[in-house]
Amino acid sequence: MSSDGKFIAAAAQLSPRLGDVEANLGLYEKSIAEARGRGADLVVFSELSLTGYTLRDMVSTVALRLDGPELKHLRRLSQKIAIVVGLVEETPSFRFHNSAVLLDRGEIVAVHRKVYLPTYGMFDEQRYFARGSQIRAFDCRFGRGAILICEDLWHPSTAYLAALDDALFILCPSASPLRGISEGQQQDDNARYWEMINRFYTTTFSVSLVYSNRVGFEDGVGFWGGSEILDAAGERVAKASYYEPDLVVGEVRSKVARRRRVAAPLLRDEDLDLTINELIRIRGRLTKLESRGEVAVLKPVRAGAARARRAKRS
Amino acid sequence: MIPCNTPLLRKILVAFIRDEVRKVGLGRVVLGLSGGVDSSLSAFLAAEALGPANVLGVRLPYRTSSRESLEDAQRVVGQLGIASLTIDITPQVDSYFELFPDADKRRRGNKMARERMTILYDQSAKWQALVLGTSNKTELLLGYGTLHGDMASAVNPIGDLYKTQVWALAEAMGVPESIVEKEPSADLFAGQTDESDLGFGYREVDRFLYLMVDERYSTAELEGAGFEREFIRRVSDMVRGSQFKRRLPIIAKVSHRTIDRDFRYARDWGL
Repeated sequence: MSSDGKFIAAAAQLSPRLGDVEANLGLYEKSIAEARGRGADLVVFSELSLTGYTLRDMVSTVALRLDGPELKHLRRLSQKIAIVVGLVEETPSFRFHNSAVLLDRGEIVAVHRKVYLPTYGMFDEQRYFARGSQIRAFDCRFGRGAILICEDLWHPSTAYLAALDDALFILCPSASPLRGISEGQQQDDNARYWEMINRFYTTTFSVSLVYSNRVGFEDGVGFWGGSEILDAAGERVAKASYYEPDLVVGEVRSKVARRRRVAAPLLRDEDLDLTINELIRIRGRLTKLESRGEVAVLKPVRAGAARARRAKRS
Repeated sequence: MIPCNTPLLRKILVAFIRDEVRKVGLGRVVLGLSGGVDSSLSAFLAAEALGPANVLGVRLPYRTSSRESLEDAQRVVGQLGIASLTIDITPQVDSYFELFPDADKRRRGNKMARERMTILYDQSAKWQALVLGTSNKTELLLGYGTLHGDMASAVNPIGDLYKTQVWALAEAMGVPESIVEKEPSADLFAGQTDESDLGFGYREVDRFLYLMVDERYSTAELEGAGFEREFIRRVSDMVRGSQFKRRLPIIAKVSHRTIDRDFRYARDWGL
């Protein structure tokens, strides 16, 4: 934990070049210099910002080993400022993960492998990436935090686990495509959903959030940017522009989380055993249904009907 | 009912053109200017994205094309201050059909659309520019366009906009009123209009397509929304029947890695 419980975070909002790690390393260097110049202790880059997002069959050719030369270069860049890198990670057994790596003072401090790989609608991630299997908070010189990548954060369980694991801040690299053009709005629908969930998690779990999204287009798909830093009360500390490159800097203070947690000690009151027991029960129920070849969603209807019948009899 | 946030659309589509064109290493676009609202809107978006000097509007009349269409196209050129060129396609079309004097309107119309596109691609090579597409979502879904003709392009800013959205954005961007308000026509022969060709109006079919495609309504739900069963069948058949126009040609798979099946890259891969 830093001595005064606060640090300056930056979100680097880039338009990476698809498949060109070298060009993107150049963009990283510029943003790192700017973030340092603006007093940041940590700069968070967006999801897959070292490679571009729509990789498809390029995944294996742009993948980096954590012990490879590119990472070594980035580790050197992290001597004076901590960096969250968004990349394709190749494991020694040749799996490819959509990963984010926290580098600080020349070392790898934390690695998060994206757990929830969207594979529906316009997304195809699970076709190309191996799924991560952990949600873990980690200790670093800024205190205890967690990394969640984009779609991870659409699953409330991930933020819940991070908060229960005592993360005081979440770093979220994202590559969120713009879509939906509702009338009377300044931004696309997806930008507004994201801003809603970012605010929801920070207020509900009293955690700070550094959300770093990308911009630019890939095959006609635009990314909306709008990176933001929120404090543990859900208030915006910094907000990047929409749809164009930017870099924003803001202070993350653990005392906001303290104030919130004093006012409403929701995490303290969280009943872990209850959650675990109920999850085990639910898993058992789903497994049983599956083994009977039934569709899980039918169950509540049937249970409801059975209850209604019982109620009628009594 | 179909959402149409014109300031936001304008911002996104202008950024799209700028990004996708410059990424290729170019700074210019070429497009055919028919005098209709789709190509006029595309020209307005391109001029805002790249600067009017970097947009070439090509008027490609055939001898039966209406005079008003040519004038409307010229109005767009004048208002935006873009570069322009006029090439009469009559000789090349007529010399071909001298061999096939019995060819019907449909063959002739398709041939004209394809001749125009070969010219646009040639001009794009000469001018080091990309060909800007001007097909909207309604006509792409209905297949109301010529494959390798007006449906061809390098980048298309309006392909995810229904016709009614095109009208709204065109109006918001200051496309001349005479163009926004005139009856849409492919102008392949005198007196032709889109709505008489199609047998229904754009407003009606746009509402239908929006509910069917964007909102994923079932047939029963579409009936519930007030559409006649016959209309639902007819339009659904048009969408399904024109799927081939929205895809690359199918390739017989014999190797382990076939283009677009298990050789999968974004188009931006090549940049």
